[in-house]
Amino acid sequence: MSEIVVRTLQVSITAVLLASALGIPLGTFLGMREFPAKRIVLTVLYTGMGLPPVVVGLVVYLLLSHQGPLGWLHWLFTPSAMVLAEMLLAVPLVAGVTMTAVSAVDRSIREAALMDGANWRQVGLILIREARFGVIVAIVAGFGRAISEVGAVLMVGGDIEGYTRVMTTAIVLETRKGNFELATALGLLLLGISFAVNLTLQLLQPGIHGGAP
Amino acid sequence: MPNPRRSLTLASLLLVAGALIAFFTGTRNPPPRRLVLATTTSVADSGLLSVLLPPFERARGLQVNVLAVGTGQALAVARRGDADVVLVHAPELEQEFLRGGYGTLRTCIASNTFAIAGPASDPAGIRGARDAASAFARIARGRALFVSRGDGSGTEIKERAIWRKAGLDPAGQAWYLASGAGMGTTLTLASEKQAYALTDTSTYLALEPRLRLALLYPPEGRVDPLLINQYAAIAVNPDRFPHVNFEDARALLAYLRSPAVQRTIGTYRLDRSPRPLFTPLRGRCLR
Repeated sequence: MSEIVVRTLQVSITAVLLASALGIPLGTFLGMREFPAKRIVLTVLYTGMGLPPVVVGLVVYLLLSHQGPLGWLHWLFTPSAMVLAEMLLAVPLVAGVTMTAVSAVDRSIREAALMDGANWRQVGLILIREARFGVIVAIVAGFGRAISEVGAVLMVGGDIEGYTRVMTTAIVLETRKGNFELATALGLLLLGISFAVNLTLQLLQPGIHGGAP
Repeated sequence: MPNPRRSLTLASLLLVAGALIAFFTGTRNPPPRRLVLATTTSVADSGLLSVLLPPFERARGLQVNVLAVGTGQALAVARRGDADVVLVHAPELEQEFLRGGYGTLRTCIASNTFAIAGPASDPAGIRGARDAASAFARIARGRALFVSRGDGSGTEIKERAIWRKAGLDPAGQAWYLASGAGMGTTLTLASEKQAYALTDTSTYLALEPRLRLALLYPPEGRVDPLLINQYAAIAVNPDRFPHVNFEDARALLAYLRSPAVQRTIGTYRLDRSPRPLFTPLRGRCLR
């Protein structure tokens, strides 16, 4: 069981880190710049925030299947496939929440930075720093989505014992086998992990806040 | 105050580095070689593979990745070249799979029987039925609740064959429910609804203590040829999918057919169950 917990954390943390590396810059860009097709891009992003996991699972399955365009990677039914699916699910969420946080930063900060001769990349970094609580919320939300994912990881990971079985898919399996006690224990543990992660980040926030004089 | 730009650049570098480290430590431990075995939930949930596979894995220095899905899905996965070997139980679908050139070396490993489970009060009176088809006919006549797998599994295919033999089509009837789920979930649902269901005996025995159901047909000690459940292993054809691990798939088939393993299969039983779950077939197919 501890091996399942470790793998669950490895997969979902990897996924959320990759999703943050993509989603935070994307969200910052959307939060500070105006451009002609922004409305369409936002609609796509909001759709992505509510993306049905099984659709992502199906798409990743077809991409990674031997006959799919990425079949040569041989990633189907491996943890890498699960990371990819969870990352795709988390990116829109991370980007969307980051965007909201960044666009809520007072305009004067952006304008002052631009006046001082900062380029857009530098402005973005300043805005992320100003909106850091929101960005942390974005990362936590992405992690929550990744670690609680069942359908997509079951489809692309295959729930292989000792290799791609994570806590959510183990709960499905144990419920199917009628082992409700074990399923419940895993469920409580999953809840506990989510709670601990959120609590840690909550406690971190004043530390970050106090870091700037 | 630290330079915000530098600390943010540092933070994002750490983020990416962390992602890469986690990615390569977390996901880069595939075994030296893997063999993907797509099989049915009934086989996987019986626990038999956890007994049979570890010695094989040790002897050949590989990891067998067991995908527990329905027969229909297992064959569909193999049809795309995404599995190396399948262990399934639907002779007609297996023949079609072989005819399509997707598989080779079909080897029958074991059999057990299907049975009809239902409420102990047996409202449709199937206990004394002549055969499985007439038991189904009594359920239909009595409009008693029946839960079908409805997931394209080998069990559902067997169930449909029995309805056909009875000359009935229960689809759309109010008393006929489809769970769209595995055997365990289907039996749990049947137990909750006090409905009838067709089940393989090994899953039933594994779940028995939690179910408010009884095995009603066939009666103890009787064998209904219509209800024989045969498990066959098939290697995915390397002529069609050159990338598959055919060497290890062939070795697994030979291993499963070997006298020692067949003896293990013939004696494998659950702790609380007096009878073995499977009958060894020694590679010979009944159908």
